[in-house]
Amino acid sequence: MTMVSRPVLFGALALIIVAVVALALPSWLVSLTTLAFANALVVLGLIILWRAGLVPFGQALFYAIGAYAVALIDRYGGMHDVFVLITAAAVLSAFAAFLTGFLLARYREIFFAMLSLAMSMILYGALVKTETLGSTDGFHVEAPTYLGYAPQGAMHLLVLFWLVLAFSAASALLVFLYFRSVAGALAVPVRDSEIRLEFLGVSVNGLIHLNLVISGTLAGIGGAFAALSIEHVDPNMAYWTTSGGFVFVTILAGAGSVAAAFVGSFVFEFLKSIAYDILPGTWQIFLGAVLLVTILFLPEGLGSLFGRLRQRLNLKPANVSS
Amino acid sequence: MLTAFAILTDGLVYAAYLFLIAIGLTLIFGVMRILNVTHGSFYAFGAYGSAIAVGIYFDRGFPAAGGFLLMVLVAMVIGLGLGLILERGLLRLFYGKDEVIVVLVTYAAFLILEDVIKLIWGPNSYALYQPLALAGTIDVGSLVLSGYDIGLIVFASLLAIGASFALKRTRWGHLLTVVIFDREIAAALGINVTAVYTITFVIGAMLGALGGAVMAPKIAVTLGIGVEVIVLAFAVVAIGGMGSIGGALLGALIVGECRAAAVHLVPQIELFVIYAVMALVLIFRPQGLFTRIAPRKI
Amino acid sequence: MRQHLPHPENRLTITFAAWFLGLLALTTTGARAEQPAPVKIGFVTFLTGPAAAPFGIPDHNAAELLVESLNAGQVPAPYAQVGLGGAKIEAKFLDEAGSASDVVTQFRNLAERDHVDVVVGYVSSGNCLAVTPVAEELKQLTVLDICGTPRVFEEKPRHYVFRVNPHATMDNVSTAKYALAKFKDVSVYSGINQNYAWGQDSWRDFRLVMKDLDPKATVDKELFPKLFAGEYGAEISTLLTSNAQFIHSSFYDGDLEAFIYQAAARGLPQRIPLVLTTGESSLWRLGAKVPDGTVIGARGPHTFFAHESALNVWFHKAYVDRFKEQPIYPAYDFAQSLFGLKTAWEKAQAKKGGGRPTTEEVIAAFEGISFPTPSTTVQMALGNGHQGISDTAVGTYKFDKAESRPEMVDIVRYSAACVNPPADVNSIAWLEGGMKGAKCD
Repeated sequence: MTMVSRPVLFGALALIIVAVVALALPSWLVSLTTLAFANALVVLGLIILWRAGLVPFGQALFYAIGAYAVALIDRYGGMHDVFVLITAAAVLSAFAAFLTGFLLARYREIFFAMLSLAMSMILYGALVKTETLGSTDGFHVEAPTYLGYAPQGAMHLLVLFWLVLAFSAASALLVFLYFRSVAGALAVPVRDSEIRLEFLGVSVNGLIHLNLVISGTLAGIGGAFAALSIEHVDPNMAYWTTSGGFVFVTILAGAGSVAAAFVGSFVFEFLKSIAYDILPGTWQIFLGAVLLVTILFLPEGLGSLFGRLRQRLNLKPANVSS
Repeated sequence: MLTAFAILTDGLVYAAYLFLIAIGLTLIFGVMRILNVTHGSFYAFGAYGSAIAVGIYFDRGFPAAGGFLLMVLVAMVIGLGLGLILERGLLRLFYGKDEVIVVLVTYAAFLILEDVIKLIWGPNSYALYQPLALAGTIDVGSLVLSGYDIGLIVFASLLAIGASFALKRTRWGHLLTVVIFDREIAAALGINVTAVYTITFVIGAMLGALGGAVMAPKIAVTLGIGVEVIVLAFAVVAIGGMGSIGGALLGALIVGECRAAAVHLVPQIELFVIYAVMALVLIFRPQGLFTRIAPRKI
Repeated sequence: MRQHLPHPENRLTITFAAWFLGLLALTTTGARAEQPAPVKIGFVTFLTGPAAAPFGIPDHNAAELLVESLNAGQVPAPYAQVGLGGAKIEAKFLDEAGSASDVVTQFRNLAERDHVDVVVGYVSSGNCLAVTPVAEELKQLTVLDICGTPRVFEEKPRHYVFRVNPHATMDNVSTAKYALAKFKDVSVYSGINQNYAWGQDSWRDFRLVMKDLDPKATVDKELFPKLFAGEYGAEISTLLTSNAQFIHSSFYDGDLEAFIYQAAARGLPQRIPLVLTTGESSLWRLGAKVPDGTVIGARGPHTFFAHESALNVWFHKAYVDRFKEQPIYPAYDFAQSLFGLKTAWEKAQAKKGGGRPTTEEVIAAFEGISFPTPSTTVQMALGNGHQGISDTAVGTYKFDKAESRPEMVDIVRYSAACVNPPADVNSIAWLEGGMKGAKCD
């Protein structure tokens, strides 16, 4: 129990601090953080898969399904309550992950990556061809209501932020517990040697299918929140460069800790903003350079910083790998 | 009847294009297990170099044949330079790390090189029109074929034959094949795998730049041409199997013909064709068309 | 292999330093002191990527030129006053590249972190649509620049968002009218457009107009290659074997140039004439390679089609002198946007006796006004006074071999009321309903 409670305690503390500080922060920073945390949910799903040795290049499929689910129900379905929208997004993307998982779970490595990419690009093509949904221009997502409450003005940014924060906390906790469960712990052996696991009687494909559904659902919820945050959806959310962006942040964050997904995603969005701001014509060099520096000096990602921090503060024995 | 012939030739032209951009990538992938995102940059640098150098050449009025030779030379030089800088200067630091990390490094390099292109050559587009005009046309009924396109098909075929020959008949080809098959055994047999890596990467870079150089006369050479090429090349490599030249060729042919048929007969699905083909191939041959079934290590 | 890397402890320090510097850069940027005197304007356009060359760079060039000229008071009447109403313009340039979420995030940064007075820009229709509701929410005065979709003001009335440049409907109405007049008895035509919103919308509009004006004409081939495909061999073969009397295309720059090279090499335009709704943007670069007889549109009466005026002469000369290349329509589009803003600003200022106008006062002054631009006169007639209309023109291309320069012949002008939908009428409904209410002479 002590192994679980300390990181959870720190996490809860950080969360409360962030929620309170948000009231004082400028609203551009609040919306940037909302978007970052929405994307972090996708990254969380990717971390789950990466621990099993799989890196899909098509998470944008579920991201887009979640986003468009919210947008379509909001616009044509007549329901605006945020909990209805998010649940619908989660259910739809979980279902999509379940279906595609039957095929995807049988592949590994580059072929897994390319097949998931192909699926997301097929959705992209379908969305581009759908002129009633605005094709590549996309369409607007109206602000949702929160169990009847419709926040006005700047409050709606804050309320959405707190909701995303709450969902992030819940997801982080659940994934954290999942990693400590048997199913979650089996991810590492899947990466190292599947055959041995099969000999032990575990269905590796079934395990991977489960992981795909979990990460697909997380990606769908992330997409739903992203759609609500920027109030717009377009087919680009299903494009392979969007998937690539998530993989980028995942590796930046590292597979070591759940908190890394959120910190890494936030740092990435923040950095992008800086790059656009001070280097409008050459922000790609800046991003690329920062990425290289991080990989060189922090090969296990930003998450490993937490490990070292805990080591330095003597809170955790040095050789425990999460 | 004419439509069928048009589909055939269009498919071959597009297949030549796909093969030219994929061959460098499949080589690097097969030998080094690196999904080299920078491949798009090699293509772009080759296109820019060709457009500018060969453009100047033709402007000065030198003989036409030399111009085409210069295209190949420019690609070689660019590929050599870029390939060496990247492999020795950057990738070398990350060998042995998780494969995904290496992909990310190549992605970071790609981002940087995209802006480097902009810094060197500016945001405007360049055109290299002389080769297209000089190559003339061939009439087949109401269908007019461009001589340059036919030339590309021939060039791609020669490259495929040459590459296969090099792999199967030369000493270097044998060494490469062994490394593709099993890195560890190769090293155990005393092959200098590090040198093989460097040389492979440079050759891959040259081939990528070559793809850009020969395509330059047909396209507008501008920012962002590398991005489009990356996912196409990846798809062809996934279809064909890692490290297989024959696979890349067959993959290019299948995608090329399917796409040509789509454009002529069912234009609405043209966008999906390459991904549908990739999905179908992977469903029935999960390792791609031509990968040897490797024994699983226990 | 790893011996040359610093010791692990130092690595941590170095990385922390790198992040810290990054964060520091942000704080210093954000903490720029607000100066009450200058007018802060955020200019957003494509500075990188394939849309930079055809749109972003001419847009950006015009912005640099006009901001400097206005601040120095060098622009001829009626824009001779320095900056906006005497207050110099402080420009902040931003890249439009990235996903919709990047663009929206950057817009929020401009509005709330940098506290700009006005945002001017956006080339991509998708970005315009994403940014508009946020502008309304943040009460940020915004002038959309080049994007063409009519949806901005037709989906919902806007208060803080304006667009001076006419939307894309008039491009296809005018070119269809021109094509029908030029190619007598059209019974078959084809189209090749990029497979995304711009291409799809252009083709849809063109087909609707053709159906209104020439119901017996049928479509032989409608091709939709991927955006930035660059390689059009199969499409050209398909068009060569079709029996169309002309080919419509809304291709621009990179794709247009590649298409023309490849098509011309195989004799397509010589056999079937091309009708290019945005062809003007590539004429200077392609020169003799565009076949004579190609129908060219410029998304408005720009460059070749511009009305004679002292303002046009000045703008053209200033642009060529500074950038050593001809201005194309995106540059003119930008000039229209900025001059519209300036007119509204100074009108609002005059109304309150010389004091600096508030956003609401500028909005009130902006709605419904009419003002001269280097190309023509724009009138803010649609979208409750928030969307501009102007006349337009279409011509036939001819390359003057003696002077070695592009030329436009057989220019036909279309009045604003002829090719734009009437106020309060949805563009697509207007086209489907036979363009009722159009006033053509």
